[in-house]
Amino acid sequence: MGQESKRQGYIRQAWLVILLAVLYGGGLAGVQRALSDKIAENKRNETYHVIPALVRGADAASTVELTVTGKDGREARVYQIMDAAGGHVGWVLPAGGQGFADRIELLIGLDAGLSTITGLYVLEQKETPGLGDYITGESFRSRFQGKPTDTPLVVVQSDPTAENEVRALTGATISSTSVSGIVNAAVANLKEPIQRQAASGGGLASPEGGE
Amino acid sequence: MAAWHRLKAESDRDLIMAQDEPTALERFIRGILPENPVYRQLLGMCPTLAVTNGMQPAMTMACATAFVLICANIMISLIRGLLKPHLRILVFTLTIATFVTIADKFLAASMYDMSKQLGPYVPLIIVNCLIISRCEICASKQGLGTAAADGIGMSLGFALALASIATVREILGSGTWFGLHVMPGSWPAWGIMVLPPGAFLTLGLLLGAAEWVAQKRAERAKEGK
Repeated sequence: MGQESKRQGYIRQAWLVILLAVLYGGGLAGVQRALSDKIAENKRNETYHVIPALVRGADAASTVELTVTGKDGREARVYQIMDAAGGHVGWVLPAGGQGFADRIELLIGLDAGLSTITGLYVLEQKETPGLGDYITGESFRSRFQGKPTDTPLVVVQSDPTAENEVRALTGATISSTSVSGIVNAAVANLKEPIQRQAASGGGLASPEGGE
Repeated sequence: MAAWHRLKAESDRDLIMAQDEPTALERFIRGILPENPVYRQLLGMCPTLAVTNGMQPAMTMACATAFVLICANIMISLIRGLLKPHLRILVFTLTIATFVTIADKFLAASMYDMSKQLGPYVPLIIVNCLIISRCEICASKQGLGTAAADGIGMSLGFALALASIATVREILGSGTWFGLHVMPGSWPAWGIMVLPPGAFLTLGLLLGAAEWVAQKRAERAKEGK
């Protein structure tokens, strides 16, 4: 069989699969386009709902949304958290990355100086039920509370001995490592740009926040 | 050679169709009780065990599964004449995954809290054997009406099964049904019923009861003859 006729054979066999893949892909793109705004809005509402739990003294209604250009060159949305009196009390950084099964999306609460983690919330995850999905539980999330951001967090299998160590979930080391990895990456990517923007003054109060 | 294969596939299909070709009504009725996906075929055990701790998640799952099952059945039935025997599973999976993704996105957009509660179980509908088995047994061999009736019947049967398990678990485990209090305030909610062991206990007991009823009916039918 010649190369050409072989190729024709493949096409004849698989044309339906190829056609369906294109049609379904187009259909899903349409669904994504139609629903993505609504899904993003749902996530934003949930973010505002959990802000008081992530940063102590936060008044969710006074939150200022800023766009910061991270070290990776991409623009990221961050939340500047205010208390009821208008004082700056902290930050919430949305961050995401690959987990064990699918993408994990987190909200990381930080103090005003971006030096300590004040809270962690899992916005989206599809980890293994009964093992990895315990990352959403308070007992795991609270292990990140009070951790410093100057050194990257390290996941350990026993009780932490150093300040930057976080104990893994039993049976879900990959999910635990993924969460700490996402936190480390987000802090490394955004800490300095936010501080720079804060130091330059103007950007802080304006929602656009560009430099 | 290819023509011979096609002929052989067609004659095989004709043979199967001639042997067993239930009508749309038969397909519909069989799915509800006589061939109930959970109690008679033991298919779709993952969602059956995982999301039946309450009526609300169970019925959301039943609706999502029904949407996927009916749409996949219709789609596969429409293209059944074009299916190549050795590529059919690929086409089934592609079709099912597409409708599951639509259901997942729809839930995330319109029922966000429920979508979070169900978590990975909605994407896991892709691997629910109930759906691929209906594509294989019915939709890839029978016409549009029959395939749709089969999908609706099986969906009702699946919903009925999930509802029966969720009812027992939610009432005993939380004292509520669809979130409404139905047990007296003094009811000590049996926590274990909403936890995984409660799912296995309930499914086992209900399965036993269903089997017992089926046997009794079979005996009665025999005596009747």
